[in-house]
Amino acid sequence: MEALMSLIVGVLSACGVYLLLRARTFPVVLGLTLMTYAVNLFLFASGRLTIGAPPIIREDATQYTDPLPQALVLTAIVISFAMTAFVIMLALKARAELGNDHVDGRADREESA
Amino acid sequence: MVSWSSQPNRLLITEFHRMNLPLVVLTPFIGAILTAWVARFGATRAAWTAGGSALLAVVLLAPSLPVPFGGETILQRWTWIPQVGVDLAFRFDGLGLLFATMILGIGLLIILYARYYLSEDGEQPQTGLGRFYAYLLLFMGSMLGVVLSENLILLLIFWEMTSLSSFLLIGYSYESKEARKGARMALTVTGLGGLALLGGFLLLGEMAGSYELSVILTQGDAIRADPLYTPMLVLILIGAFTKSAQFPFHFWLPRAMAAPTPVSAYLHSATLVKAGIFLLARLFPVLSGTPEWSWLVIGAGLSTLLVGAWFALFKHDLKGLLAYSTISHLGLITLLFGLGTPLAAVAGIFHIMNHATFKASLFMAAGIIDHECGTRDMRRINGLWKFMPYTATLAMVAAASMAGVPLFNGFLSKEMFFSETADFFMHFAWGWVLPALVVVAGVLAVAYSLRFIHDVFFNGEPIDLPRTPHEPPFWMKAPVEVLVGICVLVGMFPAMTIAWPLRVAAASVLQAPPPSFDIAIWHGFGLPVIMSLIAIVGGILVYAARGPLFRLADRLAGTLDAGAVYDRIIGWLIGFAGAVTNGLDRGSLQRLAVIFVLSVVGIGVAGFLGSGSPLTGPRALLPIDPVSLFVALALMTVALATVLLHRRRLTALVVIGAAGLLVALIFVKFSAPDLALTQLSVEVVTIVLLLLALYFLPQRSPDESGWPRRIRDLGLALLAGGGAGALTWAMLTRPHVSISDFFLANSVSGGGGSNVVNVILVDFRGYDTLGEISVLALAGLGIYAMLKDLQLPGLQRDSRGRPWSWDAHPSIMAALTRLLLPLALLVSVFIFLRGHNQPGGGFIAGLITAVAIIMQYLTNGVTWTHQRMSDNMHPLIGAGLLIATLTGLASLALGYPFLTSAFSHIHWPIVGDFELASAMAFDLGVFLVVVGATLLILIHLGLMHDASHPGPTLREEPR
Repeated sequence: MEALMSLIVGVLSACGVYLLLRARTFPVVLGLTLMTYAVNLFLFASGRLTIGAPPIIREDATQYTDPLPQALVLTAIVISFAMTAFVIMLALKARAELGNDHVDGRADREESA
Repeated sequence: MVSWSSQPNRLLITEFHRMNLPLVVLTPFIGAILTAWVARFGATRAAWTAGGSALLAVVLLAPSLPVPFGGETILQRWTWIPQVGVDLAFRFDGLGLLFATMILGIGLLIILYARYYLSEDGEQPQTGLGRFYAYLLLFMGSMLGVVLSENLILLLIFWEMTSLSSFLLIGYSYESKEARKGARMALTVTGLGGLALLGGFLLLGEMAGSYELSVILTQGDAIRADPLYTPMLVLILIGAFTKSAQFPFHFWLPRAMAAPTPVSAYLHSATLVKAGIFLLARLFPVLSGTPEWSWLVIGAGLSTLLVGAWFALFKHDLKGLLAYSTISHLGLITLLFGLGTPLAAVAGIFHIMNHATFKASLFMAAGIIDHECGTRDMRRINGLWKFMPYTATLAMVAAASMAGVPLFNGFLSKEMFFSETADFFMHFAWGWVLPALVVVAGVLAVAYSLRFIHDVFFNGEPIDLPRTPHEPPFWMKAPVEVLVGICVLVGMFPAMTIAWPLRVAAASVLQAPPPSFDIAIWHGFGLPVIMSLIAIVGGILVYAARGPLFRLADRLAGTLDAGAVYDRIIGWLIGFAGAVTNGLDRGSLQRLAVIFVLSVVGIGVAGFLGSGSPLTGPRALLPIDPVSLFVALALMTVALATVLLHRRRLTALVVIGAAGLLVALIFVKFSAPDLALTQLSVEVVTIVLLLLALYFLPQRSPDESGWPRRIRDLGLALLAGGGAGALTWAMLTRPHVSISDFFLANSVSGGGGSNVVNVILVDFRGYDTLGEISVLALAGLGIYAMLKDLQLPGLQRDSRGRPWSWDAHPSIMAALTRLLLPLALLVSVFIFLRGHNQPGGGFIAGLITAVAIIMQYLTNGVTWTHQRMSDNMHPLIGAGLLIATLTGLASLALGYPFLTSAFSHIHWPIVGDFELASAMAFDLGVFLVVVGATLLILIHLGLMHDASHPGPTLREEPR
C-alpha cells in the first residue's frame, strides 16, 4: 500500500510540474491543482497509513490514526481553494488587461481561440 | 515592592498608580485612529480631537508627575514574553518626566499651530489635515513609548515606530518628489541605525543578564569590563548617532526639511532627533567612563558641532539654516555627554530643554514667515521688521537665545558647555584644542543667528515677494509666544524655574545624587565668560565680513557632502539588485518555474545523498487490496489524461474533477472522514469556479511548445515526480513518533469533543485556524478587489464556431434545486452541530452551505436569487472573523490564555445530553468566513457573466 501511495504522489507531482511549465494560464492553474492534491496527500501520509482507525474517540477503539496531519490538511484543502481562486482571477485580470493569456503577458504568438 | 535604600533612585513598584503609563503611551495611538475618522467632519474637529488626545495623555500622566520629584521611579509591567525577558514594562523617572513633558507640551503647541499653518493651503483637502494629525499622534505615541520604556526591546520597538511615523510625516506632501526622497532617506538612515541598535541592545541585554533598564543601570562596571563592550558600544552609538543626525550621518536631516514646517518644528526640536540624545543620557551610567566612549562620542559631537555651524551660516533657505544649526546643537549636546563628567551631563540635559524651546519657536517663526511671504529664501526676504514687528521680536529673542546671548536660556547652558570643555582637557597636552574649536563653533553660531535676525528683519527692503507679508493670526503666534516666554523666564530666573526639574532629571540620568551646580547669569569673571565674549564679538565680526566667506563656501560646495556618498551607495545597491533580478528572472514565469523545480530537486537529492541513509526504512508495510489498486490506477490515469488533454480545456477540467473525487476516496480509506468530506465539497466549488472562469478564457491552448521544450519539461516533470515519490516512500517506510498522543489523550477531557481533528482545529490549535480563516477572508477580499471594475468580453461562439446558447435554465432542475435548498441547509446544520464529536465541523458545513446556495445561482439565475438574498458577503466575513476573535478574547478577559475553550453538558428534552462548548462559537466564526469567502468569489465571477452577455439576457427568463 505504501508503494501505491508513493506512486500516486509521484505521478500527481510529475503531471502537476509538467502543466506548471506550460505557457498559458489555464494549464498552469490545472497544474497547481494537481500539485495541491500531491502535496495534501503527502502531508496526510506523514501521519502514516492506517486503515479503519479514524481519530474519533470511542470506548471500544484500540488505536487511532494520527489526527495532527489531518487537521493540517483540512485547512490546507480550504486554503488551496482560495489560492486557486486567486490565481485564476489573476489570470482573468491579466487576460482583460493584456489581451492574451500567456503567463508572461506576451502577445507575440497568435491565439487559436 | 522593590526598594533599594542605598540607591538614590529608589525603585518603587506601585499598585495604586493603576498602570497609567501604558495608557499614556496608548492614548495618542487611539487618538490617531479617531482623528483620521473625525477628519471627515472638518478640519477644526480633527484638530480638537488630536489636541484632546494629547491632553488626555497629559491628564493620565498627571498622577505620576510628582513621583520623580521624590526621587522615586515608577515601574509598571505586563508580562508579555517572559521566556526571552521581554515584558511590556514602563518606567517613569526624572529623564522620562523631562522628555514626556517636552513631547506632550510642544506637541500640543504644534497641534494648535498646524491648524492655522495648514488650513490656508487651498490645494490640500481637509482630509489631508486629518492625515497630518493622525501621523503626528502616531509619532507622539511612539516617542512617548521610547522615553517611558523600561524594557530595552520594547524601547527598540517604539524606536522603530518613530522611524516609520517620521517617514510618514516627512513624506506628508507625497506629491512632491523632494518630500518622498527626503522621507526615504530619513527612513533608510534611521532604519539602518535601528538595526545596529538591535544588535547593540541584544549584546547589552546578554551582558547584563536582563533587558530591564533598572537591572542594566546597576551593572555598569560589569558591562564596561565585558570583552564585547566595544562592539556593543559601537552598535548602540550608530543607532543613537543616525537618529540624532551626528556626523557623518547628518545628511538626512536637512533633506527632511521637505516636511511641512510644523513637522520640522516638532521632529527637530524636541522629539525625533532628541531620541538619540535620550539614549545617550539613558545609558550614560552604563556606557560612559571609558576611553572608547570619550573618543567616539566627543569625536562625533565635536565634528557635528563644527560641520553644522559652518554649513548653517551659508544656507540661503531659512529652514536650511535652522536644520544645520539643529545638527550643530545636537553635536554640542553629544559632545557634553561624551565628556563623561557628571557636570557635563547636567549641562547636556539643560541644553536639551533649552534647544527644544528656542528651536521649536524658531521653526514656527520660520513657518510664519514662509506662510506670509510665500518664500523662505533669505536673499529675497529682507526688512520684515516693518511688516511684522511682533513676530520679529519673538523670532529675535529665540535667535538670541540660540546664539547664547545673556538673559536668555541658551546663554546659561552654553556657559556651562564652555566651562566644561575648558575644564575637561586642561591637564592634557594639546588640551586647549577642544575649547578653541568650541569657541570657533560658538563664533559661527553667533554669526548664523545674527544672519537670521539681520537678513530677515532688516537689511533693506524685501525683493520680489510672492505675497505682501503682515502679522499672522493670533493663534499662530500664541505657541511661539509660549515658547519664547519660557526662554526668557528660564534665562532670567533659572534658580526659580529650571533648577529643580534639572536636578531631578540629572539624578535619574546619573543614577546618583547630582553634583552641586549653580545656574546663575553671573558666575564672576572666568574663562567661560571670556569664551562667551570671544564668541559674540567674533560672531559679529564674521557676519560683518561675510562676503569673502560666502565666496569661499561657494567654492567648497560639494565637498564634505555625505548625502552624495549616500546617493552613490544607494544607486549602486539598486543597480546590483536589478542585475541579480535580471539574471534570474527576465520577466518569464516559465523560466522561474524551471529554476524553482530544478533547485528543489537539486536540494532534495543533495540532502538525500549527503545523509547516507537508505531509501527504504524498516517499518512494516500494509498489503494491497484490489479496490485500492483500482482507485490508485484510476487516479493516475486521470492525472495523465489531464496532461494529455490539457489543450482541450473543458475536457481537461471535467477529467481533473474526477481526480478530486478519487483523492477523497483515498482519505476515506485511510481513516480520514473529515478530510474526505472537505475534499468532496471543495472539489465541487473548485470545478464550478474553474468552469465560470473558463468562459472568459480561450477554450483551447495553442500548440506552441516545440518538441525540445516538451522533452525538457517532461524530463523535469519525471525528475520532480520521481523525487516526490521517493520522498513519500522513504517517509512511509520509516517509523513514526508523533506528538498527537497528547491531543488524543486530552481531546475529550480538555477540549470536550471526541472528534480529535475538529478539537485540534477549534481548540488546541485554534490560533492557527484563526490565521487560516483570516487568509481565506483576505483572499476573498483580494479577488473582490480584482474583479471590481473589470470588464471581460463574453463569448458569442464556442471554439467550433457554434453560437452560444441563450436557453433559460431547465425548469425541472430549477424546481428540484429549490426543493433541495432547505434539505441541504439542514444537512449543513447537522454537520456543523455534530462536528465536535463526529466527522464534520465549521469548514465542511460552510462549504456545504456555499454549494447549496451556488446551486440556486446556477439553476435559477442571478436575478431570481438576488431577489431572495443579498450578494453582499462582506458583513458575513466580518461577522465570522469577529465572532472567532471575540471567542478568543472572551477567554483572555476571563483570565485564561487566548482561545481557551470552555464546555459543559446540558440536557435537552427529546435530544438528550447535549454538549455546549465555547469552541462551537469559534467554529461558527469559521463557518461564516468559509461561506462568505466562497460565495464572494463565486457570486462576483458569476455576476461578470451576467454583465458580459451581449445578447438576450437571463434577466427576462420565465419563472
